[in-house]
Amino acid sequence: MHLSVDSVCKSFGEGKARKLVLDTVSFSISSGEFVALVGSSGSGKSTMMRLVAGLERPSAGRITVDGVPVKGPGSDRGMVFQKYSLYPWLTAAQNVAFGMRLQRLPQREVQERTSYFLEVVGLSDAARRLPRELSGGMQQRVAIARALAAEPKVLLLDEPFGALDLQIRESMQEFLHGLWQRTGLTALLITHDLEEALLLAQRVHILAPRPGRIVRSVEADLPPGELAHLRISPEFLALREELAACLRGLDGGLGL
Amino acid sequence: MRESTFWPRLLAHPWILGIAGILIVLLLWTAVTATGLVDRLFLPSPAAVLAAGQAQASAGILGRDLVASVTRVFTGFALSAVVALPLGIAMGTNRAICQLLEPLMGLIRYMPAPAFIPLLIIYFGLEELPKVMLIFIGTVFFNTLMIMDAVKFVPHELVETALTLGGSRAQVLTRVITPCIAPQVLDTYRINMASAWNLVIVAELVAANEGLGKRISLAQRFLRTDEIFVGLIVIGVIGLLIDLGFRLLMRRACSWAN
Ligand SMILES: Nc1ncnc2c1ncn2[C@@H]1O[C@H](COP(=O)(O)OP(=O)(O)OP(=O)(O)O)[C@@H](O)[C@H]1O
Ligand SMILES: [Mg+2]
Repeated sequence: MHLSVDSVCKSFGEGKARKLVLDTVSFSISSGEFVALVGSSGSGKSTMMRLVAGLERPSAGRITVDGVPVKGPGSDRGMVFQKYSLYPWLTAAQNVAFGMRLQRLPQREVQERTSYFLEVVGLSDAARRLPRELSGGMQQRVAIARALAAEPKVLLLDEPFGALDLQIRESMQEFLHGLWQRTGLTALLITHDLEEALLLAQRVHILAPRPGRIVRSVEADLPPGELAHLRISPEFLALREELAACLRGLDGGLGL
Repeated sequence: MRESTFWPRLLAHPWILGIAGILIVLLLWTAVTATGLVDRLFLPSPAAVLAAGQAQASAGILGRDLVASVTRVFTGFALSAVVALPLGIAMGTNRAICQLLEPLMGLIRYMPAPAFIPLLIIYFGLEELPKVMLIFIGTVFFNTLMIMDAVKFVPHELVETALTLGGSRAQVLTRVITPCIAPQVLDTYRINMASAWNLVIVAELVAANEGLGKRISLAQRFLRTDEIFVGLIVIGVIGLLIDLGFRLLMRRACSWAN
């Protein structure tokens, strides 16, 4: 699988109100890779994600999956939204099964994969609970399980932990990191949290705001290991400091 | 010992105060009529109203009136509900349809439905059809616009999630939008059912052979206030029962929304 974003521009509005949100953005992801886009609020991160998901069309440039242009949303690009997007009338298990049912998979396969993916996200015990009976972190894990169960080629994560408090956030980061190591999923993560991006992704692109454009790309080749150790390792701290300075420079340039 | 837990528990029951409120009014009513301060022609005693009700019931009039009015309300409202649901969903999901119909409906909605009665009588005569149509016209626009609003408030993440899971537009409609708006649809129907009752009574006041509204207007002609009270109370009780029925259905079918 190869997802490629090639010189993509996106503007909203017409005439005088026309506003350029993304300016000539290019990057790519191959199977098994974990790529992150980092940028401050309003830098067009969600817009980029929606373009990849096929929920919006680029104003210029091309987005392709294995050479085929993206024409609309499809199950090859699974998405996890920042805000809780579970179906409130379905239980956790029914939510996980939802995509497979849309694709009309046989009943037995749906059941097997539902319990498998609930186990993957550690929520087998919560299978029969409704979303409102789950904590924020549990809800996001169900959303991730639901996206994974539809077997996407690439998982699109738009600030999946943005609404969670710090502690749960860190444990969710550990969960996602472990999941990536175990299952070898391919993921595009969007976040405004530099630390999160550096810990989870192999490659990090920094997005400058107004208009959104990639100003820096780094390989986050941190030694493999536990996130808790990684967080305080010298390599990680040095890289984070360097990129944080870069991000501050972007905001400073706007006189903020 | 027993009493000390019995009374607080009874008072804590959600219905108890409501029932007390009704009983207090009944008591006041009895008291006022017993003093004889008010002319019986204006305010018959509860006993007189009960007697009038029993007389009507045993003569079979009450039953026939009830069936006539309930049938009209249910036919007209069912028609309205069946038309409003797909129309409201279509307007809520398709911008062109919404832009085409919303101003039109907003306009007609403010025309008082009873003002259509003369037209309906000219078009459809004096039988059942004009009454059913009145209820239809009087509720269909409200039903449609309220369902449309419910559809517009469906979080777009829910729709987009289904699309990224490989769902088709049709599946989004049946698997996401329909279940998501079900509680609001039931609530819309519950609220607008009250106007259906208003309208059936108005229609029967104008032209009908039987029905609860017809009975009330006949009672007025013969100054039978007790029969007017019978009609009013029966209409109120049926309305309340329908309301409770919708609430029960909602609690059963949409427990996730509570
Ligand atoms: N549909 C739209 N119509 C007009 N403007 C839009 C639309 N979607 C996004 N924008 C604009 O594009 C800019 C970038 O929005 P976007 O949501 O992509 O930012 P973001 O980086 O995800 O921000 P956040 O961190 O707050 O989520 C914003 O200024 C926003 O107003
Ligand atoms: Mg965003």
